[in-house]
Amino acid sequence: MMLRGLWKLTWLEIKIFMREPMGAVGAILIPVLVFLGAGRIVGGRLPPPTFAASNFIHVGLPVLASLLIAINAVISLVTIISIYREGGILKRLRATPLRPQTILTAHVIVKLLLTAATLALMVLAGKRYYPVGVHAPLFSFTIALLISTWSILSIGFLIASIVPTARFAQLIGGFVMYPMLGFSGLFVPLAALPPVLHAVAQALPLTYAVALLQGIWTGDPWSAHVGDIAALALVFVVCTALSTKVFRWE
Amino acid sequence: MGPVIQVSGVRKTYGKTVAVDEVSFEVHDGEIFGLIGPNGAGKTTAMECIEGLRTPDRGSISVLGLDPFRQVYKLQDRIGVQLQQAQLQKRIKVWEAVDLWATLYKKKSTDGERLLEQLGLIDKRNAWFMNLSGGQKQRLFIALALINDPEVVFLDELTTGLDPQSRRAIWDLVRGIRERGKTVFLTTHLMEEAERLCNRVAIIEHGRIIDIDTPESLVSRHCPERTVVLATDNPLAEERLRSIPGMESVTRSDSRFTIRGRGDDLVTEVIHCLSENHIRVSDFRTILPNLEDVFLKLTGHSIRE
Repeated sequence: MMLRGLWKLTWLEIKIFMREPMGAVGAILIPVLVFLGAGRIVGGRLPPPTFAASNFIHVGLPVLASLLIAINAVISLVTIISIYREGGILKRLRATPLRPQTILTAHVIVKLLLTAATLALMVLAGKRYYPVGVHAPLFSFTIALLISTWSILSIGFLIASIVPTARFAQLIGGFVMYPMLGFSGLFVPLAALPPVLHAVAQALPLTYAVALLQGIWTGDPWSAHVGDIAALALVFVVCTALSTKVFRWE
Repeated sequence: MGPVIQVSGVRKTYGKTVAVDEVSFEVHDGEIFGLIGPNGAGKTTAMECIEGLRTPDRGSISVLGLDPFRQVYKLQDRIGVQLQQAQLQKRIKVWEAVDLWATLYKKKSTDGERLLEQLGLIDKRNAWFMNLSGGQKQRLFIALALINDPEVVFLDELTTGLDPQSRRAIWDLVRGIRERGKTVFLTTHLMEEAERLCNRVAIIEHGRIIDIDTPESLVSRHCPERTVVLATDNPLAEERLRSIPGMESVTRSDSRFTIRGRGDDLVTEVIHCLSENHIRVSDFRTILPNLEDVFLKLTGHSIRE
């Protein structure tokens, strides 16, 4: 069977991740604590926000937070794959009947679970300390976020497939991901961008993730975002196809 | 039954470097076959082509009747592999690795716990990989190579970097693998290891195979010199020793004689001469060439560079 060993490997990778000194704390606890801290400061001390600021807190911030977590997951995936390659772990796994898809899928599942766990904690924490009066469709938003993460992960894979060392991988991951976030329409509306940058933004996959997430958060029906989902799926297909072509085991 | 491994005319290049060239040999069922040569001779490349981890530029390979390139998954189900300088996840526990490996193979695997016991790792079953010693890591890799009860086991530079004591322990394990009826293909740059373990060896240098045979045949073919050192007070000794067939020189220092000659019979002839002439000796030693000398003879330099 193609995915022989997938669940065992996934469970194992979760356990191994939790044994890392900064594993669970760094990936789950710290984002939640930062979120709580920021929520207290911003929520408690600021005068009633202007409309623009309020809109950012209500819509932009949750979307930003979710994307940051997703990007974090991607960068850590890229790093893990390159550490495994550098250490010869990938090569050792390759000398078994384990298929490359299985190894990669296991890591994607681990990262998705991690993303979901962090978000769930944030939502719980947010309910308590961050009463912004938002009644977002959490279930739909989660699905939208999973779709976005899946698509962003495939970009991560492509990077992980070709980048030689772990240090470099982390750097490249950051350099590709964070600027994309800047042009995604999250901070500055796409319409306000000069035509050239607007075209750039249209070509970046994160733009579609932001559109989808913001839309779903504010209660759009799924039918309004078919285009975004198609774009994200396209990114996934292209990146996955490319990375299976260029993937290096050592 | 044909050979378990059949390699013919294999060539592999990396850019302009020719790693392996025109390599051909066969490995038979139930033997320990060693590919020996200095570091960088092409041993690992040749082995990884046979394991299906690399694709040769030319030539053909068949393992258990399978093509390692086209039928790699089928093949990997039936072989066990230990790679040079492999690592596992730092914080994976010994039993977890064995457990994971056991689920990867179609065939029902051997009892992992028993394997750990046989390899002396049972006390370490809950230890993280990163906390194991070099010898323990190698034993774990042997366990992983054996978990699917493979028909052929590949061992690449198994004892490199280990202290002599762990090395000897590992050798016993490898002999144990053969005793279970498995074929073992190994590479080493340690001539002693090859001599102690291998039924047959292929000497490889600069990517080419120079000669293949049993260690004993290689030695007697390329290094027929034999030396006997003995000590005696018998005044007639020197004269009698000089008449031994096959003798080439006898040198004396006080009561010690060094007899040099050629051929496997020299030692027997010396003993025969001593007993026939009732020469009592207080010391008797033979100095026989080994694979190290064969390598020196064939390549003009020592395997240790």
